[in-house]
Amino acid sequence: MSSPRFKRVRGSRYWVNHIMHALCMLATLAGISSLFLILGFLVIQGVGAFNWDLFTQPESSGLGISNGIIGTIELVALASLLGVPIGVMSGLFLSEYGRRGRFGNILRFFTDILNSTPSIVVGVFGFAFIVVNTHHFSALAGAFTLMVLMIPIITRSTEEIALLVPNSLREAALALGVRQWKVILFIVMKTARAGIITGILLSVARVAGETAPLVLTALGNLWPNRSLTEPIAALPLEIYNFATGPDPKLWSQAWAACLILVLFVTLTSLLARLSTRRSTLRK
Amino acid sequence: MATPMTQESQAQTAQIVMQAKQLSAFYGENRAVKDVNLDIERNCVTAFIGPSGCGKTTILRCFNRMHELVPSAHVKGQVLLDNENIYDPMIDPVQIRRRVGMVFQKPNPFPTMSIYDNAVAGLKLAGVRKRDVLDDLAEKSLRRAALWDEVKDRLYKASGASLSGGQQQRLCIARALAIEPEVLLMDEPCSALDPVATSKIEDLIQELQRDYTVIIVTHNMQQAARVSDYTAFFYLGELIEFGKTERIFEKPEKKATEDYITGKFG
Repeated sequence: MSSPRFKRVRGSRYWVNHIMHALCMLATLAGISSLFLILGFLVIQGVGAFNWDLFTQPESSGLGISNGIIGTIELVALASLLGVPIGVMSGLFLSEYGRRGRFGNILRFFTDILNSTPSIVVGVFGFAFIVVNTHHFSALAGAFTLMVLMIPIITRSTEEIALLVPNSLREAALALGVRQWKVILFIVMKTARAGIITGILLSVARVAGETAPLVLTALGNLWPNRSLTEPIAALPLEIYNFATGPDPKLWSQAWAACLILVLFVTLTSLLARLSTRRSTLRK
Repeated sequence: MATPMTQESQAQTAQIVMQAKQLSAFYGENRAVKDVNLDIERNCVTAFIGPSGCGKTTILRCFNRMHELVPSAHVKGQVLLDNENIYDPMIDPVQIRRRVGMVFQKPNPFPTMSIYDNAVAGLKLAGVRKRDVLDDLAEKSLRRAALWDEVKDRLYKASGASLSGGQQQRLCIARALAIEPEVLLMDEPCSALDPVATSKIEDLIQELQRDYTVIIVTHNMQQAARVSDYTAFFYLGELIEFGKTERIFEKPEKKATEDYITGKFG
């Protein structure tokens, strides 16, 4: 009988493999369990406060948060109006013109810094820059601040996704005598469309939940906002006010507002997922 | 032309469509192509052969100003297209690329476009909107690329990326032909294809030479021998030998050419 030629390692390797595997899985579970706890809590506490008034009555009535829902949508829409084109164009600039070279690298570096700047700092900036100068808390100041937070997120995600477009496609178009701006618009952007949209939606979801910068700029409002130069309500602000107030009835409204905000963010992320799945890079 | 030409030289220049004069190409400091002088005859197939890294693809990319797209790359010397220097600083490279088309090593159809849109991509992106013009050129160029019969039933439905590799490459040829260039540059167009697809492309190259001038870079010496009228052998960035293909393969003048062709190195 010949002796076995390969070392028999099944014993230790087998167990180490399985233990590490299990540990990794536990770590993942521990990580996302907080998400499920939050969601469960919100549903239990929030659903009870759901009623028609919540969505139709403004804060001033003490019954609803309609002004906050509209306010958040308004603020995010205003911020996107300028933030999306600026972010997408900066991202395309970095991927198409600023791949190497000092200017691109400096820009990329500052975008990253802006991306990790605490939002309260951006809020203080909005306060000092707009609120102080106009002597008014306003929807515009709030939207401006959210825009500043949005731009670096969109810039970097657009850049990353545009870099995934194979260079061979750019070359193919250039070799056909297509001008570079058309290559960027009709080849790069079209190919990367799903990814760019995902980045935009994720930035929307991110800024929709911002509270600190809005405290310093949009301030909040008990009534529906009538002018962009006046203070405006937003869901996170309402949550903050309700939760820190003395009235238990408002606490349950805060829970409901939380749930609505989380649903909004989840829906946006889901939309982002769907838009990536229906990829434009179909086979 | 300012100076009147003799009949002989006129006849000669009519035959020559492109000309490299003291052409050098650089990647930063590194000179990848060294002082190449080369005449490309109209309606002929010219093959560039040589071992990897000899500069044959680089020089090909100098012929439609694609070389300069690589960061830090630049060109010295001249390339003439119909006696006009394409590196004249006043000339827009976009014009050159519309007259000198290119097919790449790996088939690269636009994945977001249908077969039809791929075929007429160059026209559409150049602003041609007339449906009948586009339809006409789509069919004409797909026929010329010997792809029409295989795709005519799914022109609008199927994406360019849904075709087989060989079909994709013929689609890329059709796409290049649709802008009606004078010269077609092919950078190892068969290296990613199987033998059947390769022989189809080779037959196609023979067909194309009636209407176009073809310059093909190839690693495959049998291919050069099969499809080309002229062969240029490059080594270490220099043009070692250039002449009629039969002559180059049967009676090479330079030792290096003979060694490469007989497989002693490469």
